[in-house]
Amino acid sequence: MAYAAKLMAPPSFSPRFAPVWRRNLLVWRKLAIASVLGNIADPLLYMLALGYGIGSLVGNVSGMSYIEFIGTGMVCQSAMFTASFEAMYSAFSRMHVQRTWEGIINAPIALDDVVMAEWLWCASKSVISTAAILLVIVVLGYGHTWLAVWVLPVGLLVGLCFGAAGLVMNALAPNYDFFTYFFTLVLTPMLLLSGVYFPVDRMPAWLASVTQFLPLKHAIDLARPLMLGRIPDHVPFHVAVLLFYAAAAYYAALVLTRRRLLK
Amino acid sequence: MLDNPSSQSSARERGADVAKPDDVVLRVDGLRKRYGEHEVVRGLSFAIRRGDCFGLLGPNGAGKTTTLRCCLGLIDPDGGQIEMVGEPVPKAAREARVRVGVVPQMDNLDPDFTVRENLLIYGRYFGLPRDVLEERIPGLLEFAGLASKRDVGIRTLSGGMKRRLTLARALVNDPELLILDEPTTGLDPQARHLIWDGLRQLLSQGKTILLTTHFMDEAERLATRVAVIDHGMLIASDSPRSLLAKHVEPEVVEVYGDEAKAWADIHGRRLAKRLELAGETAFCYAYDPQPMLADLANRAGVRYLHRPANLEDLFIKLTGRELRD
Repeated sequence: MAYAAKLMAPPSFSPRFAPVWRRNLLVWRKLAIASVLGNIADPLLYMLALGYGIGSLVGNVSGMSYIEFIGTGMVCQSAMFTASFEAMYSAFSRMHVQRTWEGIINAPIALDDVVMAEWLWCASKSVISTAAILLVIVVLGYGHTWLAVWVLPVGLLVGLCFGAAGLVMNALAPNYDFFTYFFTLVLTPMLLLSGVYFPVDRMPAWLASVTQFLPLKHAIDLARPLMLGRIPDHVPFHVAVLLFYAAAAYYAALVLTRRRLLK
Repeated sequence: MLDNPSSQSSARERGADVAKPDDVVLRVDGLRKRYGEHEVVRGLSFAIRRGDCFGLLGPNGAGKTTTLRCCLGLIDPDGGQIEMVGEPVPKAAREARVRVGVVPQMDNLDPDFTVRENLLIYGRYFGLPRDVLEERIPGLLEFAGLASKRDVGIRTLSGGMKRRLTLARALVNDPELLILDEPTTGLDPQARHLIWDGLRQLLSQGKTILLTTHFMDEAERLATRVAVIDHGMLIASDSPRSLLAKHVEPEVVEVYGDEAKAWADIHGRRLAKRLELAGETAFCYAYDPQPMLADLANRAGVRYLHRPANLEDLFIKLTGRELRD
């Protein structure tokens, strides 16, 4: 089956993806201020409301104030949502509604290049939103050391993971409504089980062991110590898990997108 | 071939094949493509010479768009060879696409950008540097008649303006071959004429054009050669004039009205060389229509229109009258 072999072929790489990534950047630049405010406003409200509200009830959590605890959670949550929204709603508009991808692959750019560009763009937007919230946290006085800057690459890894997962859904989606499944069945449980709002070690042992398989949990294990000015434990392990999810999801997204468009 | 396998047109096809390689911009040889059980393209061959406007005609589902997608290297054929602007496709499809412009069936201009930005961004997909693009864009805007709309968003453009911009966008890389997939579908007559004027201008500059259409007047106005395909196979290929001369009687009388059917059965079949009924209209084909016109002139209950045969008559004769969905 030559067709199957072509679908399953490893990703091809060419620097031609760059103008496609740049195209998305140029669109974003037109609405950058609104976009960044949107990135900041929601997590900031959650952080302040829950941080002060619940924080006044629970005191310290895992050796830090609750507002610091949830602040780190919000950074990772925002990186996850930013990439997911970009890969699903925005990429779907470009692929399906506006047929922008179709126009691009008539130029000397392969579909693999387009998917690569979209994936890296999703991750780029995660870095932008991570940076925005990080800045707010520092302004509020919760940035402890320069180690917090290392949360940016964590945001990149989260963006690569969930951007790729979102592109899988994008390749399968008949319409926008389809993405609700991913939010309800994957992202919401991910948020609740990964230690964004409360520590994972407060869950029953069996459930806590399940969380080991969630990429967001590994991102939080990296980000939280960094925000407090400590070097996280098991850095290579957490990074490897995130990279594994990102690579596996990206390959799946690529195969499914080829199947959808190259026929 | 419909009539005779060793007909004049297949001799011309062979003539195209032995032409100097430089003269052939696109060569498709024995192309096959199947989807599951259904073979959409079944051994299609044609060659387009430099400077030609080649009209690929066929009813819906004939395999036109599949053929174009194979030529662009977007899908792999199951058999046959394609060579576009000297590059083997799909092997070197990317290199080939560097020198080809495409006007797709459905508009896919970038709605997030202005008219000028659309040309600039699209030009970057070809790896063209900004200064080259900035130099080209004014000419392209002029060509599209959109110089005054330079900084306007795409959403405010009319359908005709969008098509013209899409055409200008396809020229941003100064292509050797321009591929247009049903370029005027959905446009009003004024807008269609503007597109045709643009295409004629490009042909006079020596550009090569591959055009798919099911508007026969479009093919008649523009194409120097046409190929009629159906069920994935080439039925006939030649200049429009030669095809008409070979396949269709030169004169047509369309007879319609309450009594048209009865007239056709009693008199039409006797007076016309060939007669086809479609709904309430009788299409009467003849070399000498005078006896038929004389007969019709004094009849009540029928009206008629006498006209020369055109590509539509050819198309209908070769592909039949049944509806394709």
